[in-house]
Amino acid sequence: MGQGLQSCHGCGLLSRPPAGAHEGFCPRCDEKLEFRKPKSLERTLAYLIAAAACYIPANLLPVLTTSTAGGSESDTILQGVVLLWSPTGWPLSLIVLFASIMIPSAKILALLYLVISVKRGSIKNNSQRVRLYRMVEIVGRWSMVDVFVDTFTVSLIQLQPLMSVSPGPGLLFFAAVVVLTMLAVESFDPRLIWDSANADEIQNEVKNA
Amino acid sequence: MPDNEKLFPSVPEAKTVPKKRTRISLVWVIPIVAAVAGVWIAVTKIMEQGPEITIIFQSADGIEANKTKVNYNGLTVGTITAIRLMEDHKRVIATAQMNPKAKDFLVKDTQFWVVKPRMSGLNISGLGTLLSGYYIGVQLGQSKESERSFTALETPPFNGDVPGRIFMLKSAELGSLGAGTPIFFRQIQAGQVVSYELDKEGKFLNVKIFVQAPYDQYVNPDTRFWHASGVDLTLSASGLHVQTESLLSILAGGIAFETPANDAPLPPAEANTTFNLFNGHTEAFRPPVRDPHTYLLIFKQSVRGLEAGAPVVMDGITIGEVTAINPQFDAQKIEFSVPVTVIVDPVRFGVRFLNLPEGGNAGANNKIIMDTLVTHGLRAQLKTGNLISGSLYVAVDLFPGATAEMLDWSQNPVQLPTRSGQFEAIQDTALNLMKSLDTTLASVRGTLTNADKTLGNASSLIAPDSMFNVELDNLLKQGGSAAQALRVLADYLERHPEALIHGKTGEAK
Repeated sequence: MGQGLQSCHGCGLLSRPPAGAHEGFCPRCDEKLEFRKPKSLERTLAYLIAAAACYIPANLLPVLTTSTAGGSESDTILQGVVLLWSPTGWPLSLIVLFASIMIPSAKILALLYLVISVKRGSIKNNSQRVRLYRMVEIVGRWSMVDVFVDTFTVSLIQLQPLMSVSPGPGLLFFAAVVVLTMLAVESFDPRLIWDSANADEIQNEVKNA
Repeated sequence: MPDNEKLFPSVPEAKTVPKKRTRISLVWVIPIVAAVAGVWIAVTKIMEQGPEITIIFQSADGIEANKTKVNYNGLTVGTITAIRLMEDHKRVIATAQMNPKAKDFLVKDTQFWVVKPRMSGLNISGLGTLLSGYYIGVQLGQSKESERSFTALETPPFNGDVPGRIFMLKSAELGSLGAGTPIFFRQIQAGQVVSYELDKEGKFLNVKIFVQAPYDQYVNPDTRFWHASGVDLTLSASGLHVQTESLLSILAGGIAFETPANDAPLPPAEANTTFNLFNGHTEAFRPPVRDPHTYLLIFKQSVRGLEAGAPVVMDGITIGEVTAINPQFDAQKIEFSVPVTVIVDPVRFGVRFLNLPEGGNAGANNKIIMDTLVTHGLRAQLKTGNLISGSLYVAVDLFPGATAEMLDWSQNPVQLPTRSGQFEAIQDTALNLMKSLDTTLASVRGTLTNADKTLGNASSLIAPDSMFNVELDNLLKQGGSAAQALRVLADYLERHPEALIHGKTGEAK
């Protein structure tokens, strides 16, 4: 950006933006060219807020309703963790705890930190922040495991009238949290982390010169 | 272009940079939607949450928090959310989260109980809970007053939705009754016992029963209820009585009711009418007391076998019963006697009086009748009703030859003259018989002496050396010679038949 070059999102080809006009297209793949993802911070923040809003009902509402001949029982994610916690089942319980409760909340908090730090033009810990972003990006999709397990369980255990499992409303919100955090990660442009640092450098260069 | 500026000086120049519009990005719709969804869910959750109630149970057996449901007619209307011990450490208090629609249920007389497998008598209920686990049953109250804390019943209440009526029975003992015990009408099951409780003073039991339609219309104020538990076996002066309802009632107990046939049928009894619960059919159908008169009978004999309740019989018809037997001893006279109190109530047993004196009241009439009867020889005596059991009854009969007696109406109760009983009479007769037998024996002895004399005379007549014998011998000898002479004559006549005409010729000589 400092040199006034744009890189294509689609194919990564570096090109000069057309003179005069702001909007240009990639000469190789016809992708719309932009210096940075448009409204990156705003979008990320919006997705984050949405994810946070969904996170509350996702944890308060039951995700699975198990009906047996003896009656039905609805469990939230946290109840599932407690239910699984036993001398032999504690690793499983920990997996659920990490994948379904800790990771989504950690993702939301991490992205929020990134957005705020970029917005405030922070130049500290740039490389750590980028690493954080990458971790969030990689780990994010694994949260969907819970949704997968639940959908499998629901479709497999349909032994009417003895026993049946049906999804609870919490599952929908949980899936929404995962999807929204992934969208937030996607819309965040990590290059923004470096922008303020670059601006500083440029300013310093100008001053030095 | 610059010409334009000169040509149209009043026209403003267009800006090269457009006005910066603070466009709100469409992406903000997503958090708004998420927030709205979250709020909506929260609102429906709160709306779904009905009132919270507390139910006190004797024990939390089978009740689990967040699992045990409150069911009304098979529909879940709430869930037990918490159970804890009460402050007195005796009972358990459970908190239940009810559905908002169950709000109308929660009135003062709504009843809760634990539905679990139960067996009362031959009634088995709640078998479904073996699989599904216990749940809390609800019966709606009629009250309008709202209530949030309840005490659960120990036993399920009677389902009040079935048409019929509730009656109360007063019983001296419970017998084999219990909630659910069947009620029979003409051996058809017509209802069941709802509950029972001890009277406040502990003197009798109040048994609440439910008679279902259409049988409830046969219950009128005159209906008799009795214990139909098992076999009603009575051995009395009138014999052995065996009365049973059905096989079910023999096994499980029961209550039977029947309405005596009346000329004019009474209207059906009101709900919650109280009836007496009799011990048996016989007791239930004893006619009610109508016009009782108490009399005292003093017997100077054994009253073994006479019991309170024994009938007073006149001409084979029961007219009253023995109410009390109070033996007494007179220390001065050194005399033991048994005054027996009887109630005579002929009207009760269907005796009709004809040609009563005109205008007299019942009491005066009774006096006249009794006086007349006693002067005509009315006496009470004990009679054996049943030879096997030896039970006695009081027989009142007219003895025309009895000595004249008068009733002393100043006494209360009036003493009726008695006569020794049947056995006493038999003893008397036997004594008389013995006496006459004695005299008979004496005369028999005289006769025998005479016979002895006659026989002695006879024997002296036939002695070998008696005159009679000698003469008899001579007589026989003469007879023999006479017979010989006759034979000679016959021989001669055979040889000389002409001798009959010519007479004996000389040649024969």
